[in-house]
Amino acid sequence: MNKIVEKENFSEKVVKIVVEAPLIAKARKPGNFVIVRVGEKGERIPLTIAGADVKKGTITMIVQKMGVSSQKLCALEAGDYVTDLVGPLGKPTEIHNVGTVLCCGGGVGVAPLLPIVEGYKKAGNKVITVLAARNKDLLILEDEMRKHSDEVIIMTDDGSYGKKGLITEGMEEVIQRENIDECITIGPAIMMKFCSLLTKKYEIPTMASLNSIMVDGTGMCGACRVTVDGKTKFTCVDGPEFDAHKIDFDEMMSRLGGYKSEEQDKMDHFHE
Amino acid sequence: MERSEEYIKNERKKEWRVELQKKTKAKDRMAIERVEMSEQDPNERIKSQRIEVNNGLSKEQAVLEATRCMDCVNPTCMEGCPVSINIPKFIKYIEKEEFGKAASVLKETSALPAVCGRVCPQEVQCEQKCFYVEKLNQPSVAIGHLERFAADWERESGEIAVPECAESNGVKVAVIGSGPSGLSFAGDMAKLGYDVTVFEALHEIGGVLKYGIPEFRLPNAVVDVEIDNLSKMGVKFVTNYIVGQTATLEDLKEEGYKAFYVGSGAGLPRFMNIPGENANGILSSNEYLTRVNLMGADSEDSDTPVLRGKNVVVVGGGNTAMDSVRTAKRLGAENAMIVYRRSEEEMPARVEEVHHAKQEGVEFLTLTNPIEYIADENGRVKQVKVQKMELGEPDASGRRRPIPMEGSEYTIDATVVVVAVGVSPNPLIPNSVEGLEVSKWGTIEVVKDKMQSSIPEVFAGGDIVRGGATVILAMGDGRKAAANMDTYLKEKYLSEKVEQ
Ligand SMILES: Cc1cc2nc3c(=O)[nH]c(=O)nc-3n(C[C@H](O)[C@H](O)[C@H](O)COP(=O)(O)OP(=O)(O)OC[C@H]3O[C@@H](n4cnc5c(N)ncnc54)[C@H](O)[C@@H]3O)c2cc1C
Ligand SMILES: Cc1cc2nc3c(=O)[nH]c(=O)nc-3n(C[C@H](O)[C@H](O)[C@H](O)COP(=O)(O)OP(=O)(O)OC[C@H]3O[C@@H](n4cnc5c(N)ncnc54)[C@H](O)[C@@H]3O)c2cc1C
Ligand code: FES
Repeated sequence: MNKIVEKENFSEKVVKIVVEAPLIAKARKPGNFVIVRVGEKGERIPLTIAGADVKKGTITMIVQKMGVSSQKLCALEAGDYVTDLVGPLGKPTEIHNVGTVLCCGGGVGVAPLLPIVEGYKKAGNKVITVLAARNKDLLILEDEMRKHSDEVIIMTDDGSYGKKGLITEGMEEVIQRENIDECITIGPAIMMKFCSLLTKKYEIPTMASLNSIMVDGTGMCGACRVTVDGKTKFTCVDGPEFDAHKIDFDEMMSRLGGYKSEEQDKMDHFHE
Repeated sequence: MERSEEYIKNERKKEWRVELQKKTKAKDRMAIERVEMSEQDPNERIKSQRIEVNNGLSKEQAVLEATRCMDCVNPTCMEGCPVSINIPKFIKYIEKEEFGKAASVLKETSALPAVCGRVCPQEVQCEQKCFYVEKLNQPSVAIGHLERFAADWERESGEIAVPECAESNGVKVAVIGSGPSGLSFAGDMAKLGYDVTVFEALHEIGGVLKYGIPEFRLPNAVVDVEIDNLSKMGVKFVTNYIVGQTATLEDLKEEGYKAFYVGSGAGLPRFMNIPGENANGILSSNEYLTRVNLMGADSEDSDTPVLRGKNVVVVGGGNTAMDSVRTAKRLGAENAMIVYRRSEEEMPARVEEVHHAKQEGVEFLTLTNPIEYIADENGRVKQVKVQKMELGEPDASGRRRPIPMEGSEYTIDATVVVVAVGVSPNPLIPNSVEGLEVSKWGTIEVVKDKMQSSIPEVFAGGDIVRGGATVILAMGDGRKAAANMDTYLKEKYLSEKVEQ
């Protein structure tokens, strides 16, 4: 049982939750995630550690309401407890001083991007961050990103904030303007696929952080398998970050829908 | 633990044993037919994942079956038991209707008799070595059923004796993993007075006993009683704690832990790496069983989903495959089928599980191997392409090697495929502890019989050392490790204390 010490609604769909977890706060590195479970009948869901405070012994998660489990978590308030929390999981991001880094985040993928942006900056890189959202209200963590980036470019689908257009348009503008040594992309699978296609064209080494379906998060079940460079990998222990140019995104997207109708049944049951 | 032949012989000469030996003639004992375990009706039991198949023996059945046992001068059955349970002694206590004492005999050597009575492959262990089989070519004494009877009797009587523990010696030891190996180690160390903490990565204690073996074979309540008992003995349990990730072994040393027992299991699923294997609907037995057994996905109020299908194919022939295919039946599959590349004779599963699976309407397609999966336009598996096999010369395992038959390919319809072709050692500890010697298969190297690794304060056992074995072997390792760690720690810490 881990106590929620703070909760903030970023938007109708996105919530920030700060939870007591002193050991995880100490051990975590950028790129790590945790598995959270709410209630005795709860599902185990993976969430990135968006930040940590070692002194207070807390970690921060930013959660988007999707199905039953994320909604149950978002319905908790400060003072409530999550039933189970385990981590840190996954391989941390390999952060080096490479020069200029392009960090691209879409939707709730902006949350896991934050510690990575922080890390790259700390390592002495020039960090250019491109954030994308459907509209202004869905954009999160802009101020925090500005704090740790040399430049932030915002793209919205409807033009309600920043520039109108897709994330790849913002990226391409930067790539044509200056030399980019490394790129990282986190967001919906389809977005990562197109980011990856773009950087491949310009031969920029690119990492993508995958949000596969998981159960245990420790390599025990294989629910999270992806094909990278023609080989099967487990996202939870071999990733979650992989060389984007080698990921089979089409298979990955298909696998994300592997439990779609069963998840929908759970939602219908939840609302009854 | 290992007792001398001399001791066993003397035990047999005790007055109460001699009395029983004289009470019934050998001929009359041999005339009794082996007991039949009563079972839930196959059509009823497949309606729920949680109905135990075997009902257990009645008191009368147990006493009669115990009477069959000849109390042999040379009890060969004990040779077949990996932990050398004093089999005749516990069985004779059942004949004498002193069931509590029978249970105590079991507990001298087995930490989890109620579990072993249900899941041990007795037919290739103790029962295979029974006098009836060896000398008379008749069905063995039902040692497994009797073991279960004695252990259940004790539990249900509410008279479980919490073992006496030595006075606390204040030395902290950590157990990594809460499977049968870790639990038996923890029990023995608590008895010896150590301050024991068990760290478990999952949110439940029990390892495979909870997330793998289904409740229709091993009810959680049976396992929970054992865990409760350990708690009463002062063992502490910490769930959601991955040693090597949440904190390292070094961190634990700083917290004062003096020695470690690694019982982290062989939980990594293997796949076959054949085309189409990553299609939706194809999953490892670990994923399938974990969703149902650990997460309760068979019930509607669980938030965890599980895939159901009319046609379910399970690949493999071990206990894991049987558990998966029978789970599929219980989740409503009309056709649940085992696809196994060798013949039924080579199947590593317990004979009883194969028998129960057949009763429940599971189909067996042996000498057949999948070679490709075909998915529909949404990426969901719809067919399995299989190939027929024939058996050739024996391989390293002593079983005849399956050889593909050219041109024998055909397809089977299936929308759920469960792959149960084996597991690999859990790499978390081998990868995170520097200086730990690991074999090329990823198992931890230990000094045989001592269970001590290349790092003196780290002991290991169970599947992480054996690479996939049985509950009883995992448990036996835990007990051996406890005895040897005790010697190690006494020399290192406790003798000094006495001198001071
Ligand atoms: C390593 C990792 C880190 C993650 N970090 C975060 C994070 O920081 N914040 C956050 O909000 N989410 C994160 N996710 C995604 C999050 O785990 C899922 O959104 C969550 O499991 C959905 O559960 P649910 O029961 O609410 O929805 P479900 O009912 O499971 O799903 C609802 C719908 O979403 C689809 N879906 C299911 N799982 C996923 C998934 N993993 N990704 C995308 N769509 C999915 C389903 O097909 C379904 O249509 C992360 C995932 C991974 C693997
Ligand atoms: C489905 C199935 C059916 C089976 N049926 C039978 C049967 O009928 N009869 C039989 O004798 N055997 C059977 N077996 C085999 C038997 O269950 C195993 O041999 C036995 O459980 C091994 O015990 P263990 O304690 O070594 O490991 P496990 O039971 O695997 O337990 C290991 C535990 O360690 C935890 N862990 C791993 N790494 C860490 C870490 N770094 N930190 C903290 N915790 C960690 C894991 O989460 C797990 O809970 C079956 C196995 C399966 C999967
Ligand atoms: S989530 Fe189970 S193996 Fe990755």
